[in-house]
Amino acid sequence: MINVKGLRKAFGDHEVLCGIDEHIAKGEKVVIIGASGSGKSTFLRCLNLLEQPTGGNIFFEGTDITDPKNDINKLRQKMGMVFQQFNLFPHMTVKENIKLAPVKLRLMSEAEAEAKAKALLERVGLPEKADAYPGQLSGGQQQRIAIARALAMNPDVMLFDEPTSALDPEMVGEVLEIMKELADEGMTMVVVTHEMGFAREVATRVMFMDEGVIAEQGTPDELFGNPQSPRLQAFLGKVL
Amino acid sequence: MNVLTFAKWAAEMAPAWILSLPEGLQRVLFQFFQVFVYENRWKFFTDGLITTFAVTIGALVLGVIIGMVVAIIRSTHDSSRRKPNIILRFFNMICKVYVTVLRGTPLMVQLLIMGFVVMVPKGTLETNICAIITLGINSGAYVAEIARSGIMSINAGQMEAGRSLGLNYWQTMRFIIIPQAFKNILPALGNELIALLKETSLVTVIALQDVTKAAQVIVSKTYTATIPYISLALIYLVLVMILTKLLGILERRLRESDKR
Repeated sequence: MINVKGLRKAFGDHEVLCGIDEHIAKGEKVVIIGASGSGKSTFLRCLNLLEQPTGGNIFFEGTDITDPKNDINKLRQKMGMVFQQFNLFPHMTVKENIKLAPVKLRLMSEAEAEAKAKALLERVGLPEKADAYPGQLSGGQQQRIAIARALAMNPDVMLFDEPTSALDPEMVGEVLEIMKELADEGMTMVVVTHEMGFAREVATRVMFMDEGVIAEQGTPDELFGNPQSPRLQAFLGKVL
Repeated sequence: MNVLTFAKWAAEMAPAWILSLPEGLQRVLFQFFQVFVYENRWKFFTDGLITTFAVTIGALVLGVIIGMVVAIIRSTHDSSRRKPNIILRFFNMICKVYVTVLRGTPLMVQLLIMGFVVMVPKGTLETNICAIITLGINSGAYVAEIARSGIMSINAGQMEAGRSLGLNYWQTMRFIIIPQAFKNILPALGNELIALLKETSLVTVIALQDVTKAAQVIVSKTYTATIPYISLALIYLVLVMILTKLLGILERRLRESDKR
């Protein structure tokens, strides 16, 4: 589904991604871990071109998204993204947040979007918040709405950029719960997180990034049970 | 032109009950009479007010349109992470020159240049249009900087969230960034509107009959300055107070989403 070839990204002289080759298949739940500054968020943000790579190609469902000839807006419709800071639109109600993109992009009629929003709010457990504004919600609630907003586009893959890092500890669980349900339903997911418990439980594959490359990867059991590189051992020693 | 004298007024026009008042008060009432009532002179003020409104509203609309366009070009240029393309850099440079020149020269001078060098309007309608264009272009330079500050005040995550949903740059600007920016800049924009309303008084230099000109005409007809000019000041004051009130209501409306 996502095929990454020789991906490089530099900010000025500073190389953040130093040539990544990777394939993510349909239905996989890939969790990316690593120390801060290892390039994991940058890698994720390159996947839907929020960061413009300085080298390499990324193929999504067979289309090279790094090719300027291909319409990135069209491709992004199929790639949902959830941000660390939620980034809900504060001037719109929860329902309007969810309906905006499907309606403005003419993928759904107003009525269809309304029904979709209702179903999604039900699914993330916040049907009573339809007419609330984001500012009136807790962090955990906002993040659940952000997930619903991304799902409204019926994406083929969901990208999560540290979705629980900005949350108070007691709200982390409710967001992870939604993500687990999503995983169980077969959604292809790429998740950057520091939640090792989530990685262990949900991931079909865990990647450890270090200094701009994927230093080690495998099933959660392999990676957490039998880490090979000293860097991973040191990292796990600190976070587990 | 014959000037109405107090003696003539008292003898021929004043109703009897006024003549029974103390003379000081009689003279004050006479002043009001000759400024507003005699020969239907209040019409100068109302006609002038219509011109003042027309110029203010016209210039406001033009100023906001120009300001928004300039602000979007400037902030698109400044926020692009890669080197912007040549066309964008060209437009950005034009916008910079525009803001520099229009903010760097007095409005009065701009009116004189537009009125007597560039457009040289003949007739009232043309003069009105000349005033609207000049004030609109001038106001646009200020609105541009206000609007740019508004766009820059919105967190970059909002643009990313919009783009990640598949909206393009302009759709994200229109549905997500600009509505939020507008709310943030409304107080500053209100300031600009109030300044604009008062600055319309300068259109007298291109011989437009606005409310200030009306007062000047009355002064020249009555040889008295106090009542016309004080009244003129009060008219502007009341207009600004009404505007302030309206802006306050609009601001509260837009703040709907901030309540928690």
